[in-house]
Amino acid sequence: MRPFVYDRATSVEEAIKAALALAKKPAGTAAAGPVNFLAGGTTLIDLMKLDVMRPERVIDINPLERAGRQGRIEASPQSLWLGGLVRMADVMRHPEVARDYPVIVQSLAFAASAQLRNMASLAGNVLQRTRCSYFRDTSWAACNKRDPGSGCAALDGVNRPHAVLGVSDHCIATYPGDFAQALIALDAKVEIAGVGGMRRIPFADLHRRPGDAPHIETVLQPGDLITGFEIPAAPWTRRSLYLKVRDRQSYEFALASAAVALDLAEGVVRGARIALGGVATVPWRAREAEAALAGKPLDEAAAKAAADAAFADATPRQHNAYKVPLGKATLARALMQAGSMEI
Amino acid sequence: MSAAAPEPKANMGPPEPRIDGRLKVTGQARYPADVPVSNPLYAYLVTSAIARGRITSFDLGAARGVPGVADILTHENTHGDVKQPKFFADGGYASTSIRPLDSAQIWHDGQIIALVLAETYEAAREAAHRVKVNYVEETPTATFDDAGASTQLAKEARKTHEDPEVGNFDEAFRTAEVKLDEWYSTPTQHHNAMELFATTCAWAGPQLTIYEPSQFVYGLQNGVAEQLGIDPEHIRVVSTFIGGAFGSKGSTTPRTALVAIAARRLGRPVKLVATRDQGFTIATYRAETRHHLRLGAARDGKLVALSHEGWEVTSRPDAYMVSGTDTTSRMYAVPNVATNVSIVHADRNTPGFMRSPPETPYMYALESAMDELAVKLAMDPVELRRTNDTMKEPIKGLPYTSRSLMQCFEEASRTFGWSKRNPQPGSMRDGDWLIGWGCATACYPTHIAPATARVRLTPDGEARVETAAHDIGTGTYTVIGQVVAEKLGLPLEKVAVLLGDSQLPPAPVSGGSNVTASVCTVVAKACDAIRSRLGNPNAAELMDALKRQGAGAIEEYAENVSNGPPPESLPLLYKGAVKMAGGATLKDRIQYAFGAEFVEVRVHALTREIRVPRAVGAFAAGRIMNTRTAHSQLMGGMVWGIASALHEATEIDRRAARYVNDNFADYLVPVNADVNQLDVILVSEEDTKVNPLGIKGLGELGNVGTAAAVANAVFHATGRRVRDLPIRIDALLA
Repeated sequence: MRPFVYDRATSVEEAIKAALALAKKPAGTAAAGPVNFLAGGTTLIDLMKLDVMRPERVIDINPLERAGRQGRIEASPQSLWLGGLVRMADVMRHPEVARDYPVIVQSLAFAASAQLRNMASLAGNVLQRTRCSYFRDTSWAACNKRDPGSGCAALDGVNRPHAVLGVSDHCIATYPGDFAQALIALDAKVEIAGVGGMRRIPFADLHRRPGDAPHIETVLQPGDLITGFEIPAAPWTRRSLYLKVRDRQSYEFALASAAVALDLAEGVVRGARIALGGVATVPWRAREAEAALAGKPLDEAAAKAAADAAFADATPRQHNAYKVPLGKATLARALMQAGSMEI
Repeated sequence: MSAAAPEPKANMGPPEPRIDGRLKVTGQARYPADVPVSNPLYAYLVTSAIARGRITSFDLGAARGVPGVADILTHENTHGDVKQPKFFADGGYASTSIRPLDSAQIWHDGQIIALVLAETYEAAREAAHRVKVNYVEETPTATFDDAGASTQLAKEARKTHEDPEVGNFDEAFRTAEVKLDEWYSTPTQHHNAMELFATTCAWAGPQLTIYEPSQFVYGLQNGVAEQLGIDPEHIRVVSTFIGGAFGSKGSTTPRTALVAIAARRLGRPVKLVATRDQGFTIATYRAETRHHLRLGAARDGKLVALSHEGWEVTSRPDAYMVSGTDTTSRMYAVPNVATNVSIVHADRNTPGFMRSPPETPYMYALESAMDELAVKLAMDPVELRRTNDTMKEPIKGLPYTSRSLMQCFEEASRTFGWSKRNPQPGSMRDGDWLIGWGCATACYPTHIAPATARVRLTPDGEARVETAAHDIGTGTYTVIGQVVAEKLGLPLEKVAVLLGDSQLPPAPVSGGSNVTASVCTVVAKACDAIRSRLGNPNAAELMDALKRQGAGAIEEYAENVSNGPPPESLPLLYKGAVKMAGGATLKDRIQYAFGAEFVEVRVHALTREIRVPRAVGAFAAGRIMNTRTAHSQLMGGMVWGIASALHEATEIDRRAARYVNDNFADYLVPVNADVNQLDVILVSEEDTKVNPLGIKGLGELGNVGTAAAVANAVFHATGRRVRDLPIRIDALLA
């Protein structure tokens, strides 16, 4: 860990101003640049100790929890608001979210450990960085995400945990989170405070695929601060779930996961929202699978056809080819389970 | 009484709670890294990023510029300060003959190449991250099958090695009615004790005190003395509490001498707590193994031929091997046996002892093969073991001192409900979950080593026992206290037990599950000497006799060497060398503890996740000193066994010969959710031949056999035989 300046923000505006003071890096590198916001610290502090992240300034935004909507959960008939500084555990315990948006609660409940969920903020959670071992250990020279242009040790290395969707020749690091899958499936919007004030963008536009610049993970600009998420109420949110398949039963990242939300009428799919985790480089909306299901009776064959569609463009490597059949099985199982939910 | 504190049966001691338990759960137990020293410097290791080659230069400018940095040790300024250590298997104390910081040569990934010393841990860490190293890299060899791997027969690598054999395997196997011929493998695994590898060294003139978690304080004392070229009398090792060890803290690792020379050079105490990932390369591990099993049997299930060939990875310079064929060749009644062990040298750190070193991988292979044979014979796997059960080992015909294997199978299978098993694979199902039931034999050799102890009894009714044994979480403090309390007729709380200090009378390494037998025996001997000096009154009148004598306290120092180890092994103990005896190494008998383990797995029909809802183990290990600590050891072993079947594996980047998942997030050990119903049954057994108290160590018994039982259950659930551990989702998908 390198020495850094520690600031405590007293307002959103001030936090942004402080962040901009040192910002020199190009857009999208907010998470890797010289300034980092600190909320739960469950990713940042870890990576600072490993010398992977070396911020010069850390701005503690926890004081903003009680100001504005950042620390609030607000449920209305039209939508659900989840503030960026709300802790994962607080959402899990919220009865209305549990009733109306089970996929959100489950995606949080199956993540991390109780201790981490008590600390980690929602905004920090969606920005958590990959678990790729070659990224997290600086003794590996080749990592385009950590050191642009240095190569990718994972391409032909131990890549059992790596992604098969959204990959490039420059990076196959898996997006590790769970909550983001629920957000992207439910057409959430993310609210961002920045230099020009507040703006809202589709959550689906927040993350960038690695392409030839895997070090740029989001569209966030220097000074941008995620203040919360808005999830529109929709006919499919109650019939929703998150299925997470992993090597051990708890406290572990997904090998494959599926967030599904279904609007069923007489067993026929009127609307389906599907996202995949553990298999892709970014939170992954499976629109091909949704299209394959639309208007069809939900049965095993339809679920399997949708799963096939979701993985049609998968690009496996030496050790992660299993993620294609596993990802398909996970999605098919999630769809069948959602179909049989009592709501 | 409860599941954790079982009611003692015949030949079992009471479930006394651990006498150090309160200290541990209230944070008052001081582990070596917790011991405060005056004005210390903090050390942080720099380790190599390549597995083979040479360091051409260091760029230390940026590191030295970090405020608070006192010094940086590299081979350039410490060459020759540490003497060449002798590998323990060659008669020395060291976990490896590799001597870091002596030359520019790199033998393995993560080798210590520099030691940064600073006023704070944080400064030392920052400076270590700023050290730049230039290497000339050579293409390394990671493991089996990689270019440059050199294979050596065990008997060539080590003159004393014998490959057990009897009869004519080739002929018997050729003509056997039913044959099995399969290959199995086990992965690299690391101990990953909760407590990190830590060392504090403090000099006072010529006197060095080392605070380090150790399974053998006399070994460490003498090993470091050898490496520093000083008199062992000038070294004291203190290791009062140990936060898990599992074999990793038994031999002298290179870090200790380096911390000692740093402390001497800078004239201040130096404290090192290595990181979790450094622990993967600066100490030892369980190397990956391969096995070729051939079993021949008659139609009735009687074994006629057994061949077990094993291959084990080791480092370039050291011939480490576990050779579990000593055990697998003797488990069952089979008249024709051939065995063979080879080691494969690669560019790796030297492996070492890890909980039941030989039995864990080798019994996994044998017990998997036995299950496969049972399928071929259409025979119940328990019946196959019964058919081949024996009270004489087949190689030399030596008698087992006791062997309650089938009693264990009977008790465990009854509790498990084995009779309800439908043998057809894939036939038992609960909704989307496929159910599988499997079982396997557990065993561990019974050892004893020479030991010494001092016991003092005072007229106010208090006793103190001193011996340089160790409590690595096993319950040593408690069982030793129980022996004294019982022998001297005192309440347990009146007995003070002092362990883990090389200034105490020597005791053997906490390895090979020998300690309870070795140390309780000598402590009992010292107590008997006290009783004898008082005219052998019964326990209730002992204190009266002492007071009548009016001579104050009585102290007795006892030495014991019995039941196997030669008399000359006793003076060797004072020099930190251990000659334990037992298992299959004795001339007139063979002695093992046994168990039977049953496991239920559930495999999801679609996504193939593997769960273990319940497991039952029954174990017979002679005299049980304390049913609570015994239960805990066996339960922990079974948890480990489940982990070794389903979770634990160190991943190696084959190109670089480097460990990849060297942290607790990526090296998976089970969490509570992975371990559900675990039943441990203690089976009564008496064995008067193993040692005077009839104790068979059981610390390493519980995790043997579990992995095979899990694998056999996975086969029963799915019809798919996975022979390479760990068994993960990948292996069970279409």
